Amino acid sequence: MKLINCPINGVRPVSEFVFGGELREMPDPDQCSDADWATYVHHRNGAPGLKKEWWYHAPSGTWFIAERNTMTEEIVRTYLFGQEEEK
Amino acid sequence: MSMRLPRSTGEWINRDKVIKFSFEGKDYTAFEGDTVSSALWAAGERALGRSFKYHRPRGVLSFANHDVNVMLTDGLDTNIRGDVVTIRDGQKFVAVNTDGGVRNDKNKYIDSISPLLPVGFYYKAFHTPRRMFPFWENIIRKAAGLGIVNFNFPRVTKRKLNRHCDLLVIGAGPAGLSAALVAAEAGLDVVVVDENQYAGGSLSYDRAGSGELATKLADLLSMVNRTPNIKLYTGAYAAGYYTDHLVPIVRADGITKVRAKSVIVASGAFEQPPVFRNNDLPGVMLGSAAQRMIHRYSTKPFDKGLVVTANDHGYRVALDLIEAGVKVLAVVDLRASGQNADLMSNVVRKGIAVHTGQCVYEAVPTEGKFGVKEAVVCPFDEATATVDTSKAVTIPCDGIAMSAGWAPAAALLYQAGTAMRYDYTVQQFVPAKLPAGVFAAGKVNGVFDLAQRVHDGARAANDVLRYLGKPAADVVVSEHAGAAPSHPYPVVPHPKAKNFVDFDEDLQLKDFINGAKEGFDNIELMKRFTTVGMGPSQGKHSNMNAIRILARIRGLPVEKIGTTTARPFFHPTPIGHLAGRGLHPHRLTPMHAWHEEAGAEFVEVGPWMRAAYYKKPGLSKAEIVQEEALAVRHAAGIIDGGSLGKFELQGPDASEFLNRFYTGIFSSQKIGETRYALMLDEAGVVVDDGVVSRLGLESFYVTVSTSNAAAVYREMQRCLQTWKLNVGLTNVTGAVGLINVAGPKARQIVAKTTSLDISDKAFPFGEIRETEVAGVPARIIRVGFVSDLAFEIHMAAGYARHVWDALLAAGKDEGLRPFGTDAQRLLRLEMGNHLVGHDTDGLTNPFEIGAEWAIKMAKGFFVGQRSLKIIAKRPLKKRLVPFVLDESYKGQMPQECNLVIEDGQIKGRTTSVSYSKSAGRVIGFAYVDPNQASPGSRFNIRTDSGVMVKATVVKAPFVSLQQGA
Repeated sequence: MKLINCPINGVRPVSEFVFGGELREMPDPDQCSDADWATYVHHRNGAPGLKKEWWYHAPSGTWFIAERNTMTEEIVRTYLFGQEEEK
Repeated sequence: MSMRLPRSTGEWINRDKVIKFSFEGKDYTAFEGDTVSSALWAAGERALGRSFKYHRPRGVLSFANHDVNVMLTDGLDTNIRGDVVTIRDGQKFVAVNTDGGVRNDKNKYIDSISPLLPVGFYYKAFHTPRRMFPFWENIIRKAAGLGIVNFNFPRVTKRKLNRHCDLLVIGAGPAGLSAALVAAEAGLDVVVVDENQYAGGSLSYDRAGSGELATKLADLLSMVNRTPNIKLYTGAYAAGYYTDHLVPIVRADGITKVRAKSVIVASGAFEQPPVFRNNDLPGVMLGSAAQRMIHRYSTKPFDKGLVVTANDHGYRVALDLIEAGVKVLAVVDLRASGQNADLMSNVVRKGIAVHTGQCVYEAVPTEGKFGVKEAVVCPFDEATATVDTSKAVTIPCDGIAMSAGWAPAAALLYQAGTAMRYDYTVQQFVPAKLPAGVFAAGKVNGVFDLAQRVHDGARAANDVLRYLGKPAADVVVSEHAGAAPSHPYPVVPHPKAKNFVDFDEDLQLKDFINGAKEGFDNIELMKRFTTVGMGPSQGKHSNMNAIRILARIRGLPVEKIGTTTARPFFHPTPIGHLAGRGLHPHRLTPMHAWHEEAGAEFVEVGPWMRAAYYKKPGLSKAEIVQEEALAVRHAAGIIDGGSLGKFELQGPDASEFLNRFYTGIFSSQKIGETRYALMLDEAGVVVDDGVVSRLGLESFYVTVSTSNAAAVYREMQRCLQTWKLNVGLTNVTGAVGLINVAGPKARQIVAKTTSLDISDKAFPFGEIRETEVAGVPARIIRVGFVSDLAFEIHMAAGYARHVWDALLAAGKDEGLRPFGTDAQRLLRLEMGNHLVGHDTDGLTNPFEIGAEWAIKMAKGFFVGQRSLKIIAKRPLKKRLVPFVLDESYKGQMPQECNLVIEDGQIKGRTTSVSYSKSAGRVIGFAYVDPNQASPGSRFNIRTDSGVMVKATVVKAPFVSLQQGA
């Protein structure tokens, strides 16, 4: 079972976490075209590589970002949303 | 005739304790510590089982659980591995897979008709004609099974433990023990596991006729025992490798899940049999099996026999056999040259003839194939793997020990993602690139010399130290010197075959040649067509030979053939080890005990147990549900809604947050007012709905559906983070109890319990009041989900039962009746209220369910808004409508999810269907073509039996309202 380092609670088994999808930049809904919006909503890049993902530590209710290499299953680092630079 | 040898140091049996057991109805004695195979062999038995396909007598092959020649049942456990399972006093064993016992198996004739059963026979022979298949299936299933499952097996809960360590060493042989000692000396917390009853690996059997190694092992083990930070588990196998170094260790009494910071795999190698005719006769065994028999169980493998070898190990086996008193007639070496001079001269000095460049062409069986009568020895050409039968010599003997090579026990390395390469200096697959934190040492790493294996263990331990960021030394391990421990092709052809490669599955050399001829010449295809490696021992003794044979057939180097990955578990693991304790936590409402006493039938809703209906003697479930619903229509009903998701939101941005999260407007909501809340996802799909109550300027109370509560709360938390709003969010789902009193008499009942004026004028529909009920603080919401007159009472969970009792007392003379979730579903349908997730699916947009009124597109951003703008431009594809069947309809009842069909085209489906006593007919919701969505339209539902039923679109609700009563 995989281990994940929650930025608040430390290393915990993956069974305590909920996957929250890839972190994606929302385009400005007032400015973007219908096609751009549809791409944002529906298209996912399945190519393996380093991804920024939302993960949720369920017992403590902590959302955070994990940078995960989907090819090697390695979690490179984790941090709270918006605190990427501080790491 | 006893084959038991005199007492020797390090033997695994306790001669002071004699135990009794029976095998195939005959009584035997054994020493404590004996396995079934060792005790029977010591008693002079040879035939210990029958093979899977041809029902040939089988004895000991690997004596190490690398084959299943000896598979037994004691009536309780199904497939006991006789080679390794120690006997308990009084056990009664019979071999599996016989019809009438090992000696007189009625299926033994199959061996003589085996030429009629080529590989793939069953695939081809029985698939046509189809009507005959059930007949053949019955016969094949009977023939194919091994043990018979005892359905009266007692439920035994095996314990599961967790353990953490710095280093897990798999294998307690010289490499593993050396690694553990070095790592422990550097301060690491080390766990060592070994599947054998005692530690030592090859040191406990591969002695080459010398007592020196027994002393070395004793010294090594006493050092391990003196080291407090080494924990040694024996009789424990590492069942598999899982992400981040999680390795379940299986023992007889349960599983220990070891989470290690690093892993050293020092699991050694499986000896592989050379392939020659009748290499499966009882008495023909692997060299290491003969050594295990001698040194662990002090049992003589045979009286006079041959050693057939293709490596130096065979000479060590010969020396051990001589030491045990076996008359070794000759060492037959497939290799023309390259022998280790020292070992060879040691053997020759004992007066043993060594025949180089020769092979055992066949073993000749005794009557009934219960043993070996003689061996036919011929010159062998290594390059072409051909035999010169003109120079055959026959040697009478009663046993043959075989040593031709090894296959790495690399299952866990493969599972961890190790890239392997073929090393020609040892003729073996070895790790080329190991994953981070995983290391290999000893034979599995291609290191065979004993001193070098000890070095390799120390080297691996230092690699671990380096990996963990600790000071580490450089340990040099010498390259392999001398002949390869494995022969590149120890396969002797024979026109009459029965030269076995896979003993589990009775696969002979020709089966591979035929498989390749049929086009299955890729290793994965060949595995599936021939079933090589698919027996209970999972290829431990057969995969390497299969790869070599396929390479030879295709004319490719071995490394081009590739290997198959052995999946977990390393050995078959009893289901009882894997089964959990049935720990399935449920959330119970404060009224749960009351529901139980009232005869509730419970249903799981999300994590909650809710009362579905209250059983009544003599009434069916359907009748009860109608009764409960009628009570709500005519008098009043009470339901426990405590499982509903409940959240408190506080703070200056609370209304802004709700504006963005839901489709409605909450900034304009008045204090004391409630509003419907529809939740969409980014694609504009309806995912949940609920009710938002405003308690103050910056204070809101939100209820959401039971099954979505956790997901909605999670999403609220995420949105709070990304939107950076000043809101405090608290999930009070479990802290707050909820009771709904509904029906025309609801007002008079609730009024008796509260001082609040709840007249329609003072407390209109859609409002919330903070007040008291039955003397405790409570919130009351005028809701309309199941009835247009209903009071939803929210109070601290601890008070809920008190309020429930007070309401029941108040309603005693008013016909108040508890109702469950089944009646609730019917009631809400009668009211024309759709259920998100029941009447909607993962693609439903709000326009399709007629929820336009709940969407305030003109307000600022909300989740799903941008997608709705796109969806709104497109024509509507389907629409959810309330429908009824004709009052006179008596045919088959349409079910939920039956199709709506018009002109042969699927236009939609039914989502809710129920008979309603109040409406006097079948009512429901269905998706139909938008052109047919207006009241009065007729459409067709296709029932399960294919009959078309006419339905009419109506206006909801299906029942007349009380208008606030």
